[in-house]
Amino acid sequence: MKNEFQVIADLIEKDKKVLDVGCADGTLMKFLKDNKNINIRGLEISKEKVQECIAKGLTVIEGNAEKDLKQFPDKSFDYVVLSQTLQAFLNPELVLDELLRVGKKAIVTIPNFGYWKVRFHLLFKGTMPITKTLPDEWYNTPNLHMCTIKDFFRFVKSKDIKIFKSLALNNLNSSIINESNLGVKNLFADLGIFLIEK
Amino acid sequence: MNTEKNIKTLIVKKPLKLDCGKTIKDFPIAYETYGSLNSKKDNAILVFHALTGDQFVTGINPVTNKEGWWSYAVGPDKAIDTNKYFVICSNVIGGCMGSYGPSHKDPDQKIFGTNFPVITINDMVNAQYNLLDHFGIDKLFSITGGSMGGMQVLQFISNFPDKSKTVIPIATTSSHSAQNIAFNELGRQAITADSNWKDGNYTSNDTNPGKGLAVARMAAHITYLSKKGLQEKFGRKLQEREDLKFGFDADFQIESYLRYQGSVFVDRFDANSYLYITRAMDYFDLAKQFNGNLSEAFKNTNAKFFIISFTSDWLYPTQENKDIVIALNSIGADVGFVEIESDKGHDSFLLDVPDFLSAIKNFLDKSYEEN
Repeated sequence: MKNEFQVIADLIEKDKKVLDVGCADGTLMKFLKDNKNINIRGLEISKEKVQECIAKGLTVIEGNAEKDLKQFPDKSFDYVVLSQTLQAFLNPELVLDELLRVGKKAIVTIPNFGYWKVRFHLLFKGTMPITKTLPDEWYNTPNLHMCTIKDFFRFVKSKDIKIFKSLALNNLNSSIINESNLGVKNLFADLGIFLIEK
Repeated sequence: MNTEKNIKTLIVKKPLKLDCGKTIKDFPIAYETYGSLNSKKDNAILVFHALTGDQFVTGINPVTNKEGWWSYAVGPDKAIDTNKYFVICSNVIGGCMGSYGPSHKDPDQKIFGTNFPVITINDMVNAQYNLLDHFGIDKLFSITGGSMGGMQVLQFISNFPDKSKTVIPIATTSSHSAQNIAFNELGRQAITADSNWKDGNYTSNDTNPGKGLAVARMAAHITYLSKKGLQEKFGRKLQEREDLKFGFDADFQIESYLRYQGSVFVDRFDANSYLYITRAMDYFDLAKQFNGNLSEAFKNTNAKFFIISFTSDWLYPTQENKDIVIALNSIGADVGFVEIESDKGHDSFLLDVPDFLSAIKNFLDKSYEEN
């Protein structure tokens, strides 16, 4: 399991109710269910991935986060997780609002467009960056709204969303992000992980 | 129509009050079982059949000598594995495969015909509930069925919220739509327009309203398939001829196919039963039973739901299945949902659709492991 999921799992206490939005093949869900006794549900747009989840014995609803989150009642989950998907929505702000309505807390991770390798790629190669967390070409990427850790940090503050914890992830190391080290973390982390609440 | 010796029957002694107000008692429910009930009695699956189905789910149907209607899904090592699970299915009341219906005799020894009480989906499941007592099963492992079978699944778990661990409604609806009612009405009109119907008082096979029933079946059969599926299978192919004949014989293969479907159907189905069962489907509106709030139907159950629809099913389309998912989510129920890609229309649930069969198998087997 990738390090990002370990960091997310560490943010969630045992015996909670969790919704994994864009749960893919259910790797994180299975880990939370088996190791933390989490009452876990998933929402996934791909039929193939939904089948993989069913084969793992996970409860998943085939659906689209931009349309299908509205069926869940307010604060019906302790945590709602959105891993590296926010940038792929047509309206990320709306999805973020929905995550925070449905979940008491939300855990959102974003691939950081401010990472030095990304900047380096664009600066010196002059072409759209391709990295481990951004593997696609400009013409086939699902990403519509790329942002940096700094962008997201400021965005959630401007919306009066409370940040409980923000972590910068680079390979196997995670570290706390705060106002004073934001510039540095924005340069050296390829992933940002945010635990937020509204 | 029934070969009595091949039909297992439970006589329900307990009076059952029907939605129409009448009470029936000492009535037969014809059933069949597959696999064996384990000592803990925790491996039973109650399967509900659709409009023209019966209790003979899999293997050779001893009455028609054809494959059971869900042979692709149910059997040893199949999606619903009868090496592991004990599958029970019964003929709905109002039906014509041994359960109490319009071809039975009333207390005065006269065949009921249309004097049989109008029954509902609710009546059907209340009657079938008696099978649990019969087998001494406190709680089923699962209930499942497609189409009208799915309606019974929803009604059953609403009526008996703690009687099944898992619930699998397939290609169904919580409320029969105007289009659904319209197609059923077309079928009923075809039957009642047949002069042999005689207000339901036909008695022997020679004078039954077979033509009307065949037309009803043909019309319904079209609704079970998709336009794409029909086009790919038949297109404009001609039936054993080089060119059009400028007449009204079956020039096209699709015509011949529908005529065949109609003709084989009348050999195994009773026209009055067709009227009664389609009526039950039309009356089905689970939300209405709970003042328009479908979620209320499920608020007392902790069962694990898995709802399945098919992309090309326009009779019970994905959205109607999703409405059930939404109602369950809004009360925080444990519900999974998948729409299976298939161009075989509503009939997909009866056919060899590997993604569908593997989804059912995985859901059941994983849920059973967690038992």
